[in-house]
Amino acid sequence: MRELRIHGRGGQGSVTAAELIAVAAFEGGVFAQAFPAFGVERRGAPVQAFVRFDNKIIRKRSQVYEPDYIIVQDSTLIKDVNVFQGVKKGGIVIVNTEKVPDFKVPDGVKLITIDATTIALKTIGLPITNTSLMGAFAAASGEIKFSALENALNHRFPKELAIKNIEAARQAYAKVKEVS
Amino acid sequence: MMQITEGSHAVADAVRLCRPQVIAAYPITPQTHIVEALADMVADCELDAEYLTVDNELSALSACIGASAAGSRTYSATTSQGLALMFEVCFNAAGMRLPIVMSIANRALGAPLSIWNDQQDSISLRDSGWLQFYAEDNQEATDLHYLAYRVAEDHSVLLPAFVCFDGFILSHTYEPIDTLSQEDIDRFLPKFSPYERLDAADPISFGMYATPEYYLEFRYEMDRALKESKAIIEKRGKEFGQMFGRDYSAMVEGYRLEDADTAIVAMGSICGTTKDAIDEMREEGKKVGLLKIRVFRPFPTEDLARALAHVQRVAVLDKNISLGAKGAVALEVKDALYGSGIPVKGYVIGLGGRDVRKKDIKAIVGLIGKGQGDMFYGLRTEVL
Repeated sequence: MRELRIHGRGGQGSVTAAELIAVAAFEGGVFAQAFPAFGVERRGAPVQAFVRFDNKIIRKRSQVYEPDYIIVQDSTLIKDVNVFQGVKKGGIVIVNTEKVPDFKVPDGVKLITIDATTIALKTIGLPITNTSLMGAFAAASGEIKFSALENALNHRFPKELAIKNIEAARQAYAKVKEVS
Repeated sequence: MMQITEGSHAVADAVRLCRPQVIAAYPITPQTHIVEALADMVADCELDAEYLTVDNELSALSACIGASAAGSRTYSATTSQGLALMFEVCFNAAGMRLPIVMSIANRALGAPLSIWNDQQDSISLRDSGWLQFYAEDNQEATDLHYLAYRVAEDHSVLLPAFVCFDGFILSHTYEPIDTLSQEDIDRFLPKFSPYERLDAADPISFGMYATPEYYLEFRYEMDRALKESKAIIEKRGKEFGQMFGRDYSAMVEGYRLEDADTAIVAMGSICGTTKDAIDEMREEGKKVGLLKIRVFRPFPTEDLARALAHVQRVAVLDKNISLGAKGAVALEVKDALYGSGIPVKGYVIGLGGRDVRKKDIKAIVGLIGKGQGDMFYGLRTEVL
């Protein structure tokens, strides 16, 4: 079983990201499970969402403590929340930041930074970074195919919004493919 | 067809296939996406039902009572304080023998305010006369709705039913489930045929006055019907299995229990994590098994005693607490195993959304090995 933990702030679409990644993974023929950490629901508050991937039915219901993958939607969380806690050796951490990282990930963990905010502003016109980071996750992890992500986005959003979000995901996907 | 979907939406879809004629719900918190999705279905003409948005949960169930007495298949959903507000009419629905089905996305009761999961809400209504089904995953959460209507409406039962599935842990989780078609469900669940109904042309009364000469007998009849519903659950659960491959005839279900010396008894979504923990303990040579309770009312006392007859000790996990006594499941298990000599210990766990991990299940197996139990598990003593 592989596990993903997404850190974000309320309103950034972390829960939607987890759901759509699970939908895309299921299209790819694996069992997937997505759920949020049920916290205090308000804009700006730190939130978490989780995805599990496995080749058999997933029975485990506890939260994700030792993820293979971590997505951080907002790098300002890093000083408040131990976002890298428990990440497995050989794991991948994707952080949305436009800066050169001033933080360290644990040894043996691969860090990918991407300026998802700029991509989102250019493509969607709003600083909503979840779809860009889904694209980055697809490229970095190989857990989901880009075409499956595209289908999931088309299914979730009205046409015009879907086109913009797919473009955001595509740009982030290409950028991560380029650096890795 | 396998589909990946959110628990609440999957349940709403299952309810749609049951063709309820009247849905009454309070749409504001504490509520789930179930009634929101059903409201969309009615508005989009995907479901031909009367949808009543009422002023509170007491009204929701009251409306269901009226509609059910008039001969309609009725449905509502709630949780937590919403169910607590229905307390009075829950007893009325059962006493009037109305086969209403209600989904309970189990959540804790305040105070203190908690939006998170445990099973205190439905457990607190264990004496109301409703059947209580508990789902381990969203597949069961959907399937148990079909079974609940089929059993509740049987003329030898005629009692309402809760289909309980853990709030957030299941209701907000996306996972693959095998969805059935309208044709499938039409084959399994016939149209509601009321035993008696309100009819202006032939007036009768429901829920009238019972003097001391009659009340005891009314309660006896309800108890008898609930106990006899076991046979109907078995029959219809088997039929469901023959039709769709998932057999719900058993009210308790063992997992690696045949040769176990230590049995864990649990209910709801905690069973999944427990199964994973058991697999790991088995690899370490520990003979641990699970007995999952799917039906809490009627309580499967004899089935449970039979399934546990060979074990040396039983650890019961309770996501509820009958304050001043023990967890409600532990009390039932102790009753079922009374006289067997098998030690039973209860563990109150996961209240108010406290996460339950595999390591917690393993720790409880360690505790019962040392004879320690009948306790709250995982207390943070530093905040007491």
